[in-house]
Amino acid sequence: MICVLSAVLKSMKKSKISKNPGKKILITGNEAMGEAAARAGCQFYAGYPITPQNELTAYMASRMHQLQRPFVQAESELAAINMVFGAAAAGVRAMTSSSSPGISLKQEGISYMAGAQLPAVLINVMRGGPGLGNIGSSQSDYFQSTRGGGHGDYFTPTLAPWSPQEAYMLVGLAFDLADYYRNPILVLADAIIGQMVEPVDFSLKMKFAKKLPPKSWALTGAKKRAPNIAKSFFLREGDLALHNEVLRKKWEKIIRNEQRFDTHKSNDAKYLIIAYGSQARIAREAVDYLRKDNIKAGLFRPISLWPYPKEGLEKYAKGVKEILVVEQSLGQMVEDVRLALPTAKISFLGKAGGAIPATKEIVQFIKKL
Amino acid sequence: MSKSQTKLKHKVMIKKDKCKGCGLCIVYCPVKHLEFSAKLNKKGVKFAKEKKTNQCIGCGFCFDMCPECCIEVYEEK
Amino acid sequence: MKKVKFSKPEILKDNDTHYCPGCGHGILHVLVARAIDELNLREKVIGIAPVGCAVIAYDYWDFDCCEAAHGRALAVATGIKRSRPKQVVFTYQGDGDLASIGIAETLHTANRGENLTCIFVNNACYGMTGGQMAPTTVVGQRTATTPWGRNPQYGEGWPLKVSEMLAPLKGVCSVVRTTVSTPALVRQTYEYIKKGFINQIEQKGFSLVEVLSPCPTIWRKTPQESMNWIESHMKEEFPLGVIK
Repeated sequence: MICVLSAVLKSMKKSKISKNPGKKILITGNEAMGEAAARAGCQFYAGYPITPQNELTAYMASRMHQLQRPFVQAESELAAINMVFGAAAAGVRAMTSSSSPGISLKQEGISYMAGAQLPAVLINVMRGGPGLGNIGSSQSDYFQSTRGGGHGDYFTPTLAPWSPQEAYMLVGLAFDLADYYRNPILVLADAIIGQMVEPVDFSLKMKFAKKLPPKSWALTGAKKRAPNIAKSFFLREGDLALHNEVLRKKWEKIIRNEQRFDTHKSNDAKYLIIAYGSQARIAREAVDYLRKDNIKAGLFRPISLWPYPKEGLEKYAKGVKEILVVEQSLGQMVEDVRLALPTAKISFLGKAGGAIPATKEIVQFIKKL
Repeated sequence: MSKSQTKLKHKVMIKKDKCKGCGLCIVYCPVKHLEFSAKLNKKGVKFAKEKKTNQCIGCGFCFDMCPECCIEVYEEK
Repeated sequence: MKKVKFSKPEILKDNDTHYCPGCGHGILHVLVARAIDELNLREKVIGIAPVGCAVIAYDYWDFDCCEAAHGRALAVATGIKRSRPKQVVFTYQGDGDLASIGIAETLHTANRGENLTCIFVNNACYGMTGGQMAPTTVVGQRTATTPWGRNPQYGEGWPLKVSEMLAPLKGVCSVVRTTVSTPALVRQTYEYIKKGFINQIEQKGFSLVEVLSPCPTIWRKTPQESMNWIESHMKEEFPLGVIK
C-alpha cells in the first residue's frame, strides 16, 4: 500500500496530470477518492484506521500535509465526525471516511449535521457485516445509507461509484452537492472499488450546474454581523416542526433534481438486471454473456441510491418481462425496486458476508426465469 | 484619601423582575446592605433590594455573586 | 454624578435565563462574557455549548456559537480551530459531558495539544436529566442513580479527578481548579478564565479551567447551603489551585 502511494505522488509531480486530459494514473479507488477531495478543495479531513479504507486515510495524511491543510487521525470514528461537524460549521469543505462499523459510530454526528444543515462529504467503503464482520466487499449498508441511518427525519444523498474513475468524479460532485444543499453527502463504495487499482484520468469531472451560494451562515467570528449559531436544537414549542418543514422542502427538491443512473444495453431489454457498485460490473458482464446467447438482457445501474432513480427505472422497465435485482446483501435495494415498480415481476439474487454473486450465477438465474 | 472620596456614596440597582430570589447577594454583602422585599416580583419571588439605611461600600460582591447579572453598582457624588 | 463600577457586560444578552436560582452557570456565563469583553474578543470568539443544563448557553451570549453532541464539544472545537486557527475557540462543558461520554475526546484533544480553552463546570451530577451520578459525584453523595450514596463497594467507582488526569500530558499548558463559592473565588475564577483565553492567543496549547459549581436543585439545598457544601465537601475531594 505504501509503495503505491509514493509511486502515485511521484508520477503526479512528473506528469502534471491535470494539464493533460486523457493522461491516466494507475491508482486505487481509495486514493482516487482522496485525490478528488484534495482537488475539490477539501480543507479539513478527519479519519480513523479501518479496513478496507486505510489507503484513503493514509493518502489524506500525506496529501493534506503536502497542501498544508489540516489532517487529524481522530481518537475514534465518532470523534472524527464531530470534528467534521465543527469544520463544516466553520464554513470549510470537510470530509471523513470509514467502513461499515465505523459508519455506524458516526450516525449520531450525521444526524446532527443534517439537522444543523451542515455540508460535508462522507465516504463508506463497505465491508461484510453485521457487527465486526470481515474485510470483504459487501453492499449491506444500503439501508443504513438510504434510510437515514441515524435518528430523525433526514436523508443523506448517496452516490455509488462502480470504478475508481467514477469514485474520483463522484467525490468531486459530492462536495458541490453538499455545499448547494447544506447537507452531508455519502459516497458509498465497497472493498472492491476501494482497493482495486485502475487507470484514472483526473481531468474528468462531473459538473454541478447550479451556482453555489455563499456560506453566510458559517462560524467565522461575528465581525460586523449578528452572531451565527450552528445547531440542530429547537426546543421552543413549534420551532422544530417549522424546521422540519424547511428540511422537507429540501428532501423534495433533492428527490426531484438529483436522481442519477446509467444503463447498459437496456433500450430493448426483456430481462432487466438492476445492480450498483462493484456488483454492477459483474452484472454488466452477465448482460454481455446473455446477449451472446440471444437473450435480450440489460443493466440498469443506479448511481444515486438516495434519491433512488425511480423516474429512470420506470422508463427502462417498460416492456420488460422480468427484473432481477442482484446485490451483495440479503436484499436491501430490492425493496426500493419493489416500491418503484409495484406491478413488476421482480426476483432477487443476493449474498452477504463478503460473498459475491458471480457472473455465471446471474446468467443461470436469468436463463431459468 | 482625598476630600472628594469621603463624600462618595455607593448605590446598588437591582432589576427586580430579573431577580430569582436566590439570596446570594444578601448573604455575601459584607455590610448587610441588602434584604429580601416584602412584595413579590413578576416571577413570584421575593426579590433582593437595598435597605433604607444605605450602607453600601461599593465592593461589588453582590455583582460577583449574582447569577442573573441583574445588579449594577455605582458611585454617586 | 453617577459612575458605574460594576454592571452587566453587553456581550451578555438581556434575556432571562432558564437556570435555577443560585446556579453556578449564571455566575460563569457572566465571567465568560466579561473576559471576552475585556480581551476584546467578541468578533474572534467561537463558543461551543455542551449537552446539559447549558445546552442553550448560546442564547445568552452575543457571539458565534456552535452546538455539540453530548461529550463531543472538544472534537467539534478541534474541527473549528484547525479550520479557522485565528479564531479563539472555547468549550463550556459539564462533568457528565466532559468526563463521562466525552472522556476520550477530552483526553485526546488535550493530548494533541490543541490550542483551545476548556471551561469545565463541575457540579458533581447530571443536572439537566434529574441528578444522576456523574464521574465527579463524591463518595456518599446521594443521586438519582445512587439512592444510598455513591459506594465504591457496589462497583460505583470513585470521583474522577479530570484536572489531575490531564495535567501530566505534554499538550496541556495550563490546568486550574477553582470555584465560585465566595466573591474572592469568583474574582479568581475570572482571572483564570481570562488566562485560559490568553494562553490560546499565545498558542501555548490546551488550557483547562475546572470550576466547582453549585447545583441547588439537584443537591436539594438552598443557594447558600450549596455554596457551603462546596466548601465543606467538594474542596476536600477536588483541591483548588494551579495544578499546572
